[in-house]
Amino acid sequence: MNASVEHLAYLVAAVLFILGIKGLTRPKTAVRGNTLSALGMLIAIAFTLFDRHILSFEFIIAGVAAGTVIGALLALKVSMTAMPQMVALLNGFGGGASLALAAASHLLTAQSTGYEAGPMGILAVLFVMVTILIGAVTMTGSLVAFAKLQELISGKPIGFAGMKYLNGAIFIAAVGLLGAFCLEPTNLNMFWLVLGLSLLLGITLVLPIGGADMPVVIALLNSYSGIAAAAAGFILGNTVLIVAGSLVGASGLILTKIMCVAMNRSLTNVLFGVMAEGSEAIDADEIYAGKIKSAEAEEIAMILETARRVVIVPGFGLAMSQAQHAVRELADVLAAKGIEVEYAIHPVAGRMPGHMNVLLAEAEVPYDQLVEMDRINPTFEQTDVAIVIGANDVTNPMAREDKGSPIYGMPILNVDKARTVVVIKRSLSPGFAGLPNPLFAKDNCLMVFGDGKKAVLDITSALSQG
Amino acid sequence: MELLVMQLALFVLALFLGVELINKVPPTLHTPLMSGTNAISGITLVGALLAAGADTDSALVTWLGFTAVVMATLNVVGGYLVTNRMLAMFKRKE
Repeated sequence: MNASVEHLAYLVAAVLFILGIKGLTRPKTAVRGNTLSALGMLIAIAFTLFDRHILSFEFIIAGVAAGTVIGALLALKVSMTAMPQMVALLNGFGGGASLALAAASHLLTAQSTGYEAGPMGILAVLFVMVTILIGAVTMTGSLVAFAKLQELISGKPIGFAGMKYLNGAIFIAAVGLLGAFCLEPTNLNMFWLVLGLSLLLGITLVLPIGGADMPVVIALLNSYSGIAAAAAGFILGNTVLIVAGSLVGASGLILTKIMCVAMNRSLTNVLFGVMAEGSEAIDADEIYAGKIKSAEAEEIAMILETARRVVIVPGFGLAMSQAQHAVRELADVLAAKGIEVEYAIHPVAGRMPGHMNVLLAEAEVPYDQLVEMDRINPTFEQTDVAIVIGANDVTNPMAREDKGSPIYGMPILNVDKARTVVVIKRSLSPGFAGLPNPLFAKDNCLMVFGDGKKAVLDITSALSQG
Repeated sequence: MELLVMQLALFVLALFLGVELINKVPPTLHTPLMSGTNAISGITLVGALLAAGADTDSALVTWLGFTAVVMATLNVVGGYLVTNRMLAMFKRKE
């Protein structure tokens, strides 16, 4: 087929990707947007299959079949709670695909004509090697993130205090070798060494990052997978790869930034700061001693009975105990009694951007009841009861009041301003930040100890009987 | 060289377009946005097809191409399906 036709098809695909993302700006048009984007992908792939450079189809058919079966199984089986792992895994495959593609492309060139002499040749090798570096870091980094989220390995930071120096050394070695290789692209040993170092770097970069920072890491790796695809586009001189890759890169970067702002931390601090921070232990007993009031479901139901406005604050604990459907039922019972119910969503609640929204959408909570932090915070003073389910650090008033606290300055949900705060939690154990939460000791706070789902069900049934 | 500069321009413009577009995506759709962009980054399949179908004697190249095809297809199929699954839940109940 004429190469111009192929390039026109790629243009159509790129436009459909853009329209697809545009559709995602509103929940109503989102499904159509996703379909448009998928259509763009189909067009790009179909026209590529007619490319005259493709001579054998055995491996293509086998590869597409294997990828389709595994991908479809993963997508249809995964639970909404496990969505962060799923995205981490997909990021990893994206990086891996760019990596394998770049390596194959390099070996092909090396075997046939070799790279042309002069600056264009050097640039061509540079694109290959940059794709390999980013692709490899994305792949192994995402696999480590996946393992942490899936709890195959500990979610706690793994490593030692000087780990960032090791990472720096690996990075400098990889980039140095990469540069040397650009000038001497026939030295295959150097090629494999750069590849190996890049794979190692992905692992050592993500291992020391703790579970609380996973939303940032996933968003960042999402961005890397896009940049790797764009870099691969430069190798092949393929416009649709460049456009699609940079769209994905931009998306990941924006989400990374939103997550960092929501934790009041810089990206450097998230990536390299954790192990260095000597966290001084704050005595939890001093804060909690004698001030914790625990309550039974019946008491909570009585308080809710007289409320006019209730705000539900979900956290990762909600996902862990699969309480989303139970919460929805509680909200239904409250609404039936004429009580206004809204949900307060902190940007870093859960393990990835928008995680809580997806969980609650699964339980058929209407999305207009899910209110962002900035819009819901001013309403807590007019709220009778705030119910915190499995959230901790994002409600910690230390972030507002205690200048010495490590989380000082982090935007939080001001649940303590509500008339009564009900905290449903298994124990007084600290959240990811490792800090006690003075909210629990406040006069207007009642603790309900136990599994999130069971506690919510108990409250709902007490409320229905009352 | 000129072609390269054109491609670079395309890259930068797409980056700006991406930032403008994605800033308008509401936080409630951020998870489907991530899985949806995962699917889009599976566009590397286009390059992977060329590598897997290339005329070469090197088994290594073919296997690398094959690996790229599997991973990219997984991204495309898995990404679009899971995004669709999530977005369907966000549809307002009439």
